[in-house]
Amino acid sequence: MNLHGVKAIYRFEMARTWRTLLQSIASPVISTSLYFVVFGSAIGSRMVEIDGISYGAFIIPGLVMLMLLNESISNASFGIYMPKFTGTIYEVLSAPISPLEIVLGYVGAAASKSIILGLLILATSRLFVDYQIAHPFAMVGFLALTAVTFSLFGFIIGVWADGFEKLQIIPMMIVTPLTFLGGTFYSVTMLPPFWQTVTLFNPVVYLVSGFRWSFYGVADVHLGVSLAMTLVFMLVCAGLITWIFKTGYRLRD
Amino acid sequence: MSNVIEIERLNKTYDSGFTALRDINLSIRKGEIFALLGPNGAGKTTLISIICGIVNASSGTVLADGHDIRRDYRAARARIGLVPQELSTDAFETVRDTVTFSRGLFGKPANPAYVEQVLRDLSLWDKRKDKIMALSGGMKRRVMIAKALAHEPDILFLDEPTAGVDVELRRDMWNLVRGLRERGVTIILTTHYIEEAEEMADRVGVINHGRIILVERTRDLMEKLGRKELRLQLTSPLETLPEALDGLSLSLEEDGHELVYRFDARRDQGDVAGLLRRLADLGIEFRDLRTRESSLEEIFVDLVHNGGKGD
Repeated sequence: MNLHGVKAIYRFEMARTWRTLLQSIASPVISTSLYFVVFGSAIGSRMVEIDGISYGAFIIPGLVMLMLLNESISNASFGIYMPKFTGTIYEVLSAPISPLEIVLGYVGAAASKSIILGLLILATSRLFVDYQIAHPFAMVGFLALTAVTFSLFGFIIGVWADGFEKLQIIPMMIVTPLTFLGGTFYSVTMLPPFWQTVTLFNPVVYLVSGFRWSFYGVADVHLGVSLAMTLVFMLVCAGLITWIFKTGYRLRD
Repeated sequence: MSNVIEIERLNKTYDSGFTALRDINLSIRKGEIFALLGPNGAGKTTLISIICGIVNASSGTVLADGHDIRRDYRAARARIGLVPQELSTDAFETVRDTVTFSRGLFGKPANPAYVEQVLRDLSLWDKRKDKIMALSGGMKRRVMIAKALAHEPDILFLDEPTAGVDVELRRDMWNLVRGLRERGVTIILTTHYIEEAEEMADRVGVINHGRIILVERTRDLMEKLGRKELRLQLTSPLETLPEALDGLSLSLEEDGHELVYRFDARRDQGDVAGLLRRLADLGIEFRDLRTRESSLEEIFVDLVHNGGKGD
């Protein structure tokens, strides 16, 4: 295994984060904190409790998930798209490094950044809202699993995109709406029965529900189902990436 | 001398239907400088890209130092360094960081002393902390070479290495290439500067329309395909050529002051001695003579446009 190669890609990607701290770290932390200020402290104090949890605390897992999905996709897609855009991808393609090692480098770095951000946001939210974490190991596990899964998804988008518009279109037009409609700000059980059924087709519901369970021990869907759906999505992404490298799709002509 | 690159029946047709390479068979010898010449779109970059793993071949096999580039890609690619035609660099990285990155990417452990040596060889050491975007085009070209050398390759591909660089830098690069060859590195270069190939290459391959149309030692090629020209400055001008000189490829130029004899080195070896005897017999005197051989550029143009059949 080319561990030096994996480390080189990982370090390069992480170095980009440290070079752009304001954009990479400060910006998502500040924007998510604004949600806590508005929905958690200001409006949240006048909302009724959901499942016995204050509204401010209830939305924390969903908001962390919202940021985690967006950042994982954005970091991973940008990480592989930029070398394609600047032409430096030639070096990765001509190096003695396997597809798995390439993915480990890029996706590993993107997921690491998202996890660091997620933990930072959790720490920041404590300044505005009081919350507990009932199952801390499960919480970290969900955080890592989601970060890796959506970094894989981001990697696919980065390979697929042949322009900056395409790089943004899926996160903006699909992922963000799915996250907002995936139980970030409400419990699925608050919806009419028909919309409850429709909501179950939204994969983000399972991520938010499972993550919220790790905080408060309550979930919209069964924990096992949440975990299974996340794993299925991860496997689908891994399968697509395997196909990309096998065929050379948009990487090797 | 053993072969370090073996290409057999290599074909490449892109998804668009464009066939870039047709049945390429080519061997590159260990330790040589091989120049691949061809007009734009001939298939040079596609051929290099396939060998380096950037483009997938449609069919055929390529061995790099005995390793199949697909089945045994790790061993094959570890031996190859590539300096691409485009100046593709990470603008925000420093010179030293980007060279160190390249070394790691190719599976080599960090070796600051070696990286320093490469940077010094390429006159980049003083710029090691500079961001690449702050460098001139020539310096960026040096960085590309440093990156390609970072993992100590045995085979180095230089795709148009001196395109757009000034004369001084071009000379520096030629010296660098010769130095690498002395250390046993095999160098394959494509170039538009035919004089570059003429001056540096041990062998020349000409590719056109995706086919290798010729592979020869540079010296042999010059001898076999080169045309020679003998110019005699006559003491007294001639209005017409004497009939006794019919049958020779002669012409009068400079208002009859110069008698020019052009011949193809392949066919007649040029009977210069015979011509001079006949001129003496005819009483035609000359005060000076000059000879000139056609350049590789002229040979190349002849090959590509006339298939080497002459004008």
